[in-house]
Amino acid sequence: MALHRGRGFAAINYPIGMNLGGDPSQALVHSNPDGKFTVALSAIDLGQGMKSVTRQIAAETLGVPIADVYVDTADSDTGPHDMGSFASRGTHRMGNAVIMAAKEARSVMLEAAAEELEVDASDLVTDGKGNIHVRGAPSRTITTMAAAQAAQFKQGRTIAGRGIFLIPLSDVNPETGEMSPVTTFAHAALLVEVEVDDETGEVAVTDMQSAYEVGRALNPGLVEQQLRGGAWMGMSHAAWETTEPYYPDRDHGAVDFNHYLMPGPGDLAPHHISVLERPAADGPFGGKGPGEMCANPVLPAVVNAVYDAVGVRIDELPVTPEKVLRGIKAKGGARPRQAIQSASSAKQENF
Amino acid sequence: MAKMPVTLTLNGMERAGFADPGQNLLEFLRRGLGDLSPKYGCGQGTCGACTVTIDGETQLACLVLAETTEGRTVGTAAGLANGAELDPLQTAFMDHFAAQCGYCTPGMLVSARALLDRNPKPTREDIIEAISGNLCRCTGYEPIIEAILAVSEGRTGP
Repeated sequence: MALHRGRGFAAINYPIGMNLGGDPSQALVHSNPDGKFTVALSAIDLGQGMKSVTRQIAAETLGVPIADVYVDTADSDTGPHDMGSFASRGTHRMGNAVIMAAKEARSVMLEAAAEELEVDASDLVTDGKGNIHVRGAPSRTITTMAAAQAAQFKQGRTIAGRGIFLIPLSDVNPETGEMSPVTTFAHAALLVEVEVDDETGEVAVTDMQSAYEVGRALNPGLVEQQLRGGAWMGMSHAAWETTEPYYPDRDHGAVDFNHYLMPGPGDLAPHHISVLERPAADGPFGGKGPGEMCANPVLPAVVNAVYDAVGVRIDELPVTPEKVLRGIKAKGGARPRQAIQSASSAKQENF
Repeated sequence: MAKMPVTLTLNGMERAGFADPGQNLLEFLRRGLGDLSPKYGCGQGTCGACTVTIDGETQLACLVLAETTEGRTVGTAAGLANGAELDPLQTAFMDHFAAQCGYCTPGMLVSARALLDRNPKPTREDIIEAISGNLCRCTGYEPIIEAILAVSEGRTGP
């Protein structure tokens, strides 16, 4: 008949992408006659912001305004090949492919501009505002639109670029078992506080504090959006959601929205987020990506917090009231970890 | 059974169409009148993606028979913007990153607009209550609550 507070911690290393079969992404960039650029990708933006971040990357690399770049992810039948949007690989893999493609397109654009200005392409710079001019002589200038039109209608050049980022298949060394399944790692640490009701077995997550290391945050607003939404989803998977509550038995599994338990806006815990930036050497402008890592540390942290609160170690998710109550019953009552520790002096249990 | 003629006012314009027997308002709006802003999520009144207003009250279009809206006034997310001029809620949703995949967004906007129309200065708890019938998978709700609060307090920008 009491609420028990507990605190749990978890830290993770999260690999970006995977190469258990090779992990390629392709990008194609071309200019239209109006000097605007289209980036063709086949991985899908499902709300995580991949179109926004690849658009930024393309604009930065091309040296043109972001408004002059359109990212087309419409059709995997006709677009360049991509493994897909999964494994937190979007920013890193597609971003690198876009850089490669945009560099090639930029070099053709500068050649076209050089021919018009009668200078060497290596002397040209872009101002990011739609102009190309001779380094040190801004009055010798041509717009990207004029360069694109000259290429298209006068010079017969195709301002376009091809990009691929490939992590080759890593074979397992038969002698040592050694392989290299991933390239770069992101990291996270998360602390949650819970309240456990020892009468009902309900677990409420009341506070979350997190630090996520994502390489460079290429778009800080999108990064925070991912972290906030993803951590909430992790909390939801820790304490609420399952399709098979008696796995592997399908009994009582949800078959529709009425039966699938999901927290609503009234079940929010405050979440204090710190983003740590350590640019990755092989990342596009240092970016790794938040991706699935948003959710992952929350689950073990909640389980640890429940253990801290009532002394019950749950090893199957989600942490349902039934599991908590059975655990409390098996222990003969709630056994907060603090109480256990002070009773058994010093010897620390698994945190 | 014959189709039923239904005339209603949709986002300020009189619209008419033929509803199939037993057709719900969501299907009638989407297939009959071509307003794709209300979304089909669950079809059983749980997710809120099809939230519309009928005579100013929020309703779940999947649970309403189309023929019962004869002569009534229906509002959807497609009617929030005035031409190119967005509703302040739409702008705030963008500024606060309150949409990700976007599937819940039209229903959220309709619920939020109805709340602000009846209570221009809601508390955080009022907002949570007002959107508690709208499920969101992506955002964790906090950015949505923040966006609605910002509009009610007259704040603009992120």
